[in-house]
Amino acid sequence: MFARIDRLGALLSAAGAAALLWLPFVVVKANRIVPGEPRALFEVLPGAAALGCAAALLLAAVVAVGVPSARVRLAAAVIGISALALAVAAAGTALTPVGNKVVRIAAGAAFWVLLVCLGLMATDAITRLRPGPLRRILFLLIFLGVSVLALASGLFDHLSVMREYAVNAARFAHELRQHILLALGSLGAAAVVGLPLGVFCYRAPRLREGILGTLNVIQTIPAIALFGILMAPLGALAAAVPLAERFGIRGIGAAPAALALFLYSLLPIVANTVLGLRRVSRAAVEAARGMGMTNTQVLVRIELPLALPVILTGIRVVLVQNIGMVTVAALIGGGGLGTFVFQGIGQTAIDLVLLGAIPIVVLAFSAAVILDALVEVMDRAKR
Amino acid sequence: MIAVENLTKRYGAATVVNDVSMLIESNSITVIVGTSGSGKSTLLRMINRLIEPSAGQVLIEGKDTRAEPAHLLRRRIGYVIQGNGLFPHRTVAENIATVPRLLRWSSARVAARVDELLRVFQLDPGAYAQAFPHQLSGGQQQRVGVARALAAEPAVLLMDEPFGALDPIIRAKAQEDLLDIQRRFGTTIVLVTHDMDEAFLLGDRVAVMSQGRVLQYDRPTALLTRPTDPFVSRMTGLADRAMRLLSLTTAGEVAAPGGSSGPQVPAAASLRDALSEILWSGADSALVVDADGTPRGHLTLAAILAHGRPA
Repeated sequence: MFARIDRLGALLSAAGAAALLWLPFVVVKANRIVPGEPRALFEVLPGAAALGCAAALLLAAVVAVGVPSARVRLAAAVIGISALALAVAAAGTALTPVGNKVVRIAAGAAFWVLLVCLGLMATDAITRLRPGPLRRILFLLIFLGVSVLALASGLFDHLSVMREYAVNAARFAHELRQHILLALGSLGAAAVVGLPLGVFCYRAPRLREGILGTLNVIQTIPAIALFGILMAPLGALAAAVPLAERFGIRGIGAAPAALALFLYSLLPIVANTVLGLRRVSRAAVEAARGMGMTNTQVLVRIELPLALPVILTGIRVVLVQNIGMVTVAALIGGGGLGTFVFQGIGQTAIDLVLLGAIPIVVLAFSAAVILDALVEVMDRAKR
Repeated sequence: MIAVENLTKRYGAATVVNDVSMLIESNSITVIVGTSGSGKSTLLRMINRLIEPSAGQVLIEGKDTRAEPAHLLRRRIGYVIQGNGLFPHRTVAENIATVPRLLRWSSARVAARVDELLRVFQLDPGAYAQAFPHQLSGGQQQRVGVARALAAEPAVLLMDEPFGALDPIIRAKAQEDLLDIQRRFGTTIVLVTHDMDEAFLLGDRVAVMSQGRVLQYDRPTALLTRPTDPFVSRMTGLADRAMRLLSLTTAGEVAAPGGSSGPQVPAAASLRDALSEILWSGADSALVVDADGTPRGHLTLAAILAHGRPA
């Protein structure tokens, strides 16, 4: 069973062990803003609990280094992550004086390093299992479901991020919805415009360079700068047309954010539509025309279905990109989870930053997994 | 009958097809042969209007092909290209059903036709109907391509280098199959190739093209014995023209009453193959037998040789 040393596993184990030895497992702060005091794993937990957690982590390390079976590695990583989560939850409960609402117990650097190491071990094991697209989505749903249940259970309520959540629960739901709405809405609009534009670019090679060039230039404008550029014309529009303002079209807010995201989304969609159509077998198109399909039938029945996997790859790029970029929209009052991030930065409240940042990472990761699976399903059917 | 009248295609200053007129007989195979760039593919594609002529016209059964929209015309004309052009995202059955579906046949009729064609092309419907093209061998893909072209029972079938991508053994089988299909359905086939052997094997009539013009359009025998242009002689080959001529006549056609102690040759074999048999055996005649093995007559070396020169 112990065939030979796994290099990735050895690296992850070493990093985890070093973090556990030299970095704080949790940070105790007297209140939300002051710098905290670092505490190590064995300082914060009763002996038996700390030993149990250490044993689980040791098991994960041993498996990571010496066991090649992907299933065993996945199981060990999951056990390690669970132990880690329970330990940090227990530390939160143990270190919070009863009834105290001011003291903050935050996960420390060692916790995050260990979480990343175990997370990498788990994803590496899942990759080695080569799950089909549907199974990958199933893994994702299990991960999301367990995470939500664990957070809802109240086990982690004493941790600082959850404290921030408790204070901001109503706003969190609203900003999360706004975040998803902005990311998906601008993607939808870009798809509606970008697909026909891509087909047009493919059919009119002379205009292709110009259109793709323009979209390329837009991509190079930094998000903040683009918001600024859009502020003036949208502000002027709102001032001139009262109706526009009534529909929320103003120099600041969600409108310039959505418009900027839409503009950023166009290039990947248009470029991938052109690329996908160009990759379609010439012989298939020639045969379709030769058998009496009209130009529209050739496009809808042959060219677009065959180009779909490449187009979906473009949509995947756009969605992941948008979920990240919506964060910046908060700066001009566009809302979204970025609101917490920038508020947290302003107040030097790192827990508030995490309350915004962690869900953004989870959203982007989920979007990537789901769309990758979709692309693979399509590609398999259309080969 | 397809009447090609003064057909011309120009791209800018270049004339790709230059004032071509020819009559293509129904229920026959007409082969257009030429080197690459001779305009043979362009000529073929002007018949189903994948390319619109610069001048001239095509009449099918007396009706101008421009009398209806091009896509409706094409649904009545089968079309097969090199590399088959099967739709990779559709099953074999869906590929074959393409034109019948465009013509809005009932699904029962489509299913029956697909099933029939798969059997005709020796593809077991149970095993292949739901397969995707990439799961088939090259020869099977080629057969599906022809089946798809024939699905809506077209009177005319256009084929552009249909066997170009096949290896020699599969190509020979595909050529035999095509002759069978032509006999079975009576389709008028126009086939483009650069391969003279293929033209001689398949063509009831052969048109030799060079630089946009049809130099000679005649029966294969006439191309050999009465070439009207030095290029035609070069294409047909001067060195082995006697052997080519022998390959155009079957042993059954020449067999005379009488027996022979020489080798047996099938009546369907060409004189070329019969000559080879006789030379190999060292005899000076062969016994011609029918498919069921009954003797039909004998074939002497002298009788064969008499067919190896212009009459």
